Amino acid sequence: MKTVELIAALATAGAEPAPPRRPSHALAPAVAIGAVAAVVLVAVWLGVQPLSVAARASWFWIKVGYGLSMAAAGFVLAVSLARPQGRIRAAGLALAIAAAAAIWGAAVYVAMTSDGAPALWLGSSWKSCPIRIVVLALPILAGAALALRSLAPTQLRPAGAAAGLLAGGLSVVIYGLFCQETAVPFVALWYSLGILACVAIGAMAGPRLLRW
Amino acid sequence: MIAAQAGQSRAQAELLSLLAPRLRAFFGRRLGRRADDAEDLVQETLLAIHTKRSSYDPRQPFTPWLFAIARYRLIDHLRRVGRRLEGPLGDASEVLAEDNPEEGGVRRDVAKLLARLPGRQRALLRDVKLAGFSMEEAAGRAGMSVTAAKVSVHRSMRRLMGEVADEDR
Repeated sequence: MKTVELIAALATAGAEPAPPRRPSHALAPAVAIGAVAAVVLVAVWLGVQPLSVAARASWFWIKVGYGLSMAAAGFVLAVSLARPQGRIRAAGLALAIAAAAAIWGAAVYVAMTSDGAPALWLGSSWKSCPIRIVVLALPILAGAALALRSLAPTQLRPAGAAAGLLAGGLSVVIYGLFCQETAVPFVALWYSLGILACVAIGAMAGPRLLRW
Repeated sequence: MIAAQAGQSRAQAELLSLLAPRLRAFFGRRLGRRADDAEDLVQETLLAIHTKRSSYDPRQPFTPWLFAIARYRLIDHLRRVGRRLEGPLGDASEVLAEDNPEEGGVRRDVAKLLARLPGRQRALLRDVKLAGFSMEEAAGRAGMSVTAAKVSVHRSMRRLMGEVADEDR
């Protein structure tokens, strides 16, 4: 096909308006659908703990806060990487680093000021925790990836990693519906490992998943 | 671009016709000898500009958006072709240029021919024809008068041309 013909064909097709689209408006619904799927998954697969009790405990909200901070950081990064000239936004990175620093600071403080430190770090479910977080993150990551591909990311590996951070952060909140571990050191270690695994999966799969 | 986003097909056609030559130059420069692929890439990029036109934010400058897409299409293309590229694409043209097999062959042939000349004639010819010295500078380096240098270069060229012609026969 000649380039001139292509241009003529595209101009005819271009008769439909395509107003500028905010990446966040595409990303948010897709991620929400993935999150709902993850909630259903955790309820069916693992079961949800009695929330009226959990909601009065500080450890429950620590997990929610940590997960949401990571998810927000991933969202900011993914939104800015969803455009062709996208950059890795410092604000997103800073938020993720601050959240990690806060939880690790609290974890080390708790571990140093109480006895039985190994139990605080290991809890009773450390073997299954990161894997479950990754599994619950998968539907969210799928939704985020579909949305991102419909946008126009050009740095696929960073964009995939950002989607992984977003999915991992939300997955932590959702896993918190089931998980009854109460120690901050446990959360700092194993939840972070789960999120990190999600970021790694996103970065590895990015170039394939997000290609357009 | 803003008019094209609003669905004005005249504006869209104008925009794409305007961009095509710029993209052709962009890809042509970076693909070096694979210039045949440049036209394919121009078309792919025009298509991408069309299908992804809603990803342009009118508050941002247009050119970075355009070349981010062009660069993405180029990387994608090179990956498909199987040439692994690491680092920023500014280096790509150098990578491709160094890889030019024809140029390497020519360089080798020239070296072989030069080796047939006696030492002083060879140095003089290399200075004048390859290293880019002026006749005066080269004569100074060889310790000859300018006239003698001119004669020597002329003789060397005639001799080499004669030998090459003999071999071709």
